[in-house]
Amino acid sequence: MKDLVMETRVDAQTVKIEARKAQVFYGQNHAIKDVDVDILDKTVTAFIGPSGCGKSTFLRCLNRMNDTIPGCRVEGKITLEGEDIYDARVDPVQLRAKVGMVFQKPNPFPKSIYDNVAYGPKIHGLTRNKAELDEVVEACLRKAALWNEVKDRLQTPGTGLSGGQQQRLCIARAIATSPEVLLMDEPCSALDPIATAQVEELIDELRSQFSVVIVTHSMQQAARVSQRTAFFHLGNLVEYGETGQIFTNPRDPRTESYITGRIG
Amino acid sequence: MSTGLLTLIILALATFGMVAGRARAVASAGGDIRRLHSLPTFYGRFAALLAAVPAFLLVIVWLLAQPVFIENRALSLISPADIPQGSSDTLVMSDVRRIAGGLDQLAARGADLAPLVTDAPALKAALNAAGVALQNEPAPSVIAAAQALRAMQSTSRLIMTGVALVLAVAGLGWGLSRVRPEFRARNATESFSMWLLIGCSLVAVLTTVGIVASLVFETAHFFRLYPAKDFFFSTTWNPQFRGGSSLGIWPLVWGTLYVSAIALVVAVPVGLMSAVYLAEYASKKTRSWVKPAIEILAGIPTIVYGLFALITVGPLLRDWIAQPAGLGDSSSSVMTAGLVMGIMVIPFVSSLSDDIINAVPQSLRDGSLGLGATPSETVRQVVLPAALPGIVGAVLLAASRAIGETMIVVMGAGAAAKLSLNPFEAMTTVTVKIVSQLTGDTEFASPETLVAFALGLTLFTLTLGLNILALYIVRKYREQYE
Amino acid sequence: MSGSLFTQDARTKARNAAERRFRTYGLGAIILALLALVWLLISIFSAGLPAFRQTFITFPVKLEESVIDKAGNRDPAAMAKVTTVGYGKLLATALEAEIAAKGIDLAGVPPKEITDLISQESAATLRNMVLADPALIGTTVQFRAIASGRIDGYYKGRVTMESAALDKNTSPEKLRLADNLKAAGLLATSFNLGFLTMPDASDKRPEAAGLGIAIAGSFMMMVVVLVLSLPIGVAASIYLEEFAPKNWFTDLIEVNIANLAAVPSIVYGILGLAIFINFAGLPQSAPIVGGLVLTLMTLPRIIIPTRAALKAVPPSIRDAALGVGASRLQTVFHHVLPLAMPGILTGMIIGLAQALGETAPLLLIGMVAFVRDFPGGLFDPAAALPVQVYNWTQRGDPGFVERASGAIIVLLIFLIIMNTAAIILRRKFERRW
Repeated sequence: MKDLVMETRVDAQTVKIEARKAQVFYGQNHAIKDVDVDILDKTVTAFIGPSGCGKSTFLRCLNRMNDTIPGCRVEGKITLEGEDIYDARVDPVQLRAKVGMVFQKPNPFPKSIYDNVAYGPKIHGLTRNKAELDEVVEACLRKAALWNEVKDRLQTPGTGLSGGQQQRLCIARAIATSPEVLLMDEPCSALDPIATAQVEELIDELRSQFSVVIVTHSMQQAARVSQRTAFFHLGNLVEYGETGQIFTNPRDPRTESYITGRIG
Repeated sequence: MSTGLLTLIILALATFGMVAGRARAVASAGGDIRRLHSLPTFYGRFAALLAAVPAFLLVIVWLLAQPVFIENRALSLISPADIPQGSSDTLVMSDVRRIAGGLDQLAARGADLAPLVTDAPALKAALNAAGVALQNEPAPSVIAAAQALRAMQSTSRLIMTGVALVLAVAGLGWGLSRVRPEFRARNATESFSMWLLIGCSLVAVLTTVGIVASLVFETAHFFRLYPAKDFFFSTTWNPQFRGGSSLGIWPLVWGTLYVSAIALVVAVPVGLMSAVYLAEYASKKTRSWVKPAIEILAGIPTIVYGLFALITVGPLLRDWIAQPAGLGDSSSSVMTAGLVMGIMVIPFVSSLSDDIINAVPQSLRDGSLGLGATPSETVRQVVLPAALPGIVGAVLLAASRAIGETMIVVMGAGAAAKLSLNPFEAMTTVTVKIVSQLTGDTEFASPETLVAFALGLTLFTLTLGLNILALYIVRKYREQYE
Repeated sequence: MSGSLFTQDARTKARNAAERRFRTYGLGAIILALLALVWLLISIFSAGLPAFRQTFITFPVKLEESVIDKAGNRDPAAMAKVTTVGYGKLLATALEAEIAAKGIDLAGVPPKEITDLISQESAATLRNMVLADPALIGTTVQFRAIASGRIDGYYKGRVTMESAALDKNTSPEKLRLADNLKAAGLLATSFNLGFLTMPDASDKRPEAAGLGIAIAGSFMMMVVVLVLSLPIGVAASIYLEEFAPKNWFTDLIEVNIANLAAVPSIVYGILGLAIFINFAGLPQSAPIVGGLVLTLMTLPRIIIPTRAALKAVPPSIRDAALGVGASRLQTVFHHVLPLAMPGILTGMIIGLAQALGETAPLLLIGMVAFVRDFPGGLFDPAAALPVQVYNWTQRGDPGFVERASGAIIVLLIFLIIMNTAAIILRRKFERRW
């Protein structure tokens, strides 16, 4: 694990996830059409676009959370480090340990703060004993910038924290399984501005270790936290490139209309 | 005048009020009903209600209260010497009632009663001929009491009829006299109807009062005849109809709890796992027919389960398990009743658990699955702990249902009150003993009969406590996710 | 964690195995529950279906005036003095004569015991037939006698030659004679309408026991429950759902109803015994008392779905009616109630179905009594379907097990009809707002 981190750090521009001609169907509804995208390691990639454009749907394809929705079908090829994640041999359970996810609404389990973070390591058997687990929990809570606020009440329920703290707890919980990619589905939409600022700061720090993909409604947020941006419209990936280029010099007229507020 | 005829007369008066009130209203407005405050029918309804409701209320209250007053008066006429040894007031009173009823029949046939009431043997013969069987010749004071009862009954009936008719006519007159265009007939009838609605919802409260009152009253009666200490602390149950019974509740409570425990051991895993499967794994199509199919189990009357225990499960357990293992040779046993009751209780556990599991927010499942947990890990470590209070509530409701169940244990558990651990032995429960002590011709005032009320009170308290606790837990749980 | 996605590590394999086990447990639980249901139904139906068939022995009977009406003046009082014993002898002679006439081999049965092949109830049936129609006297009628319980059981597989050898009520010879009668066309098994119409019979005559009085009693009780609980239940629901202010009193009523719905049914039996029979002095075993007890028991179970049906009517309907100046009561009775009616009726039918199958409270108010006469009114003694089942299971003769299971089938058919009606009603009138 640590070796891998060392290796990838050498080349910050490694492609982590590669999608080619990805299609998603909900029953008869063709939700995602021909999406080609390369998600880079150690980079924050933002998916933007109007509501219902398919950006969350596509995000959920990346760790096969779509499997839990009846009638959902994915075609095309999505690979993680060159391995097709929709291959029959792939166990979604293993995939999701590598590609973690943080959701729109903070969803801490009705357990203690400690147990929330320890949940992933426990089910995946990542630690050998309690001392190691304690270390992992502390490390993750520190990475999530939550340790100082909760270190004296690790055994209290996670549901008792404030909204921003809950979302950081969920991030800590997600990084506790040592994922390679972290997917975030509008992680700040349920938070107030101060909590949003804290989470955005955290995302920026996480970039040093993970590849982060964030779906957001807010173009400002995309501009603040991401290095690369993908613009989705009606199930199509319209434009994908450097964040600065997308916001200052979009190539597609649809991107420009969206950024200037004419569609949305 | 019979009650039926009285009812008809009152109804006729009310119908008249309906028509007359309407007509009067139209007339008072000079034929232009726009001048009336309310529609003409409301004036009619107002008069009809005033004619019928007070009169009917009087009749109902009178009929309920009459026996109590009259019978006390009649009882006071019987000399204590005429109450035979080993008998009681209530038994003698039932004789009095039967004689009075028999005399009524004889009178209806045109028989001359005067010679009969002074001649006990002739009276007995005449009554027997009329189909009223008496065990022995009634004592003179008993006959006198019966005669007094008849006299008071007919007087009371006469007064009731008179008063009711006066009330009906007065109500009708008053109702009609108030018909004027500016009279707010609709508001008046509506507030009347509102009281009727409130009265109907009070039936539930009255039922509870009736249950509690009858249980507490007769239990108090029982404890006057039998020491409460022995009832609560003795471990033998051995009713003797000649007196000298031991009526300790523990063997019955033990049987009840043992049967219920086995039922829950069967129903909770099966019900809970079915609920989990239906809520988390089953496709919509499977769910749409499996859930109702399991719920059929809850719609089958308990007598069916009782018969199933008696003719199928009991003999099966006896021949294949109990006898080969040397555990007993009775087909009714705690195991038989518990197993069958377990089947009955499955849908109570599964339906409620299913609702509760579905109430756990999807976001928690997503959170867990998103971390790479398998669905079963998600269920066991996130969904079930989150749903635990609700499931505990469901299990408590099922337990209360099992404890109060009667027919399965009457037909499947046996009648022997025992404190034993062997589940293949016949044991008995609180409900079985309530049935056996209260059916058959037993003397109502003996402790052996009255103990059923003490058992009933115990059962009522136990199940009520469990229900309140369960409803409280379930409600708390629902609030958590609302 | 750094391995390929295409290979599962040992831990993932173990976790997936646990996943499969868990799923299997879930599926197993469902299959177990469904199997229990199937087992229950098969057990009851296989035991009960034979009750709908009955073995009859048909032979000509000469209704001798000298036996039935010695005086010859058709005086009903004098004729009523001839007991079933007299008719029994008549039947015995007639059967013996018929066997002799057809040349049927007696298979070693002493002529005196031939009469054991027919039910003792047959004599009473014949007597009632004659008393009802005295013109029959002196004629010869083709009489269809119910075969005795053991013979009937022989053709249903309940009695075998081996069991008959040990049974003092019959013998292998009699079974063989029955076979001979069957060969000669005297004995046949056919549909048993009497099971649905005849009254109960005594302990020794399971073959003649029927459900007539029980069905009548249950029907009367259901009428009482319907007449009382529909208006009271609907009125109470309307008050609680539409008008009741939010205060401690309303809370009290609501808590009361919730708890009454879960009170064990036997407690209602105790209530009925104490209040209706001991206090109010109503007669035991009467449908009126059963109906009242079941009404009290059913009310909370009706109020709950009725309130749900009222609640399902959207507030916009109420606003519309109130907006044109209708009073609150008019709004409810003209608009809300009709719209909620399908839901209310569905709840009502299901409540009635529950009441129909209820047994325990009826045991306490004396519905177990042995009743031979059809009830003329609500105050006459009667039986009830589920109680009749219980009653029959308490009897010694094995023929009653078949009768009890048959009665359950009748009960279940009524319940299926009622529930199907409820489902159809719901499907047909279900509205989505």
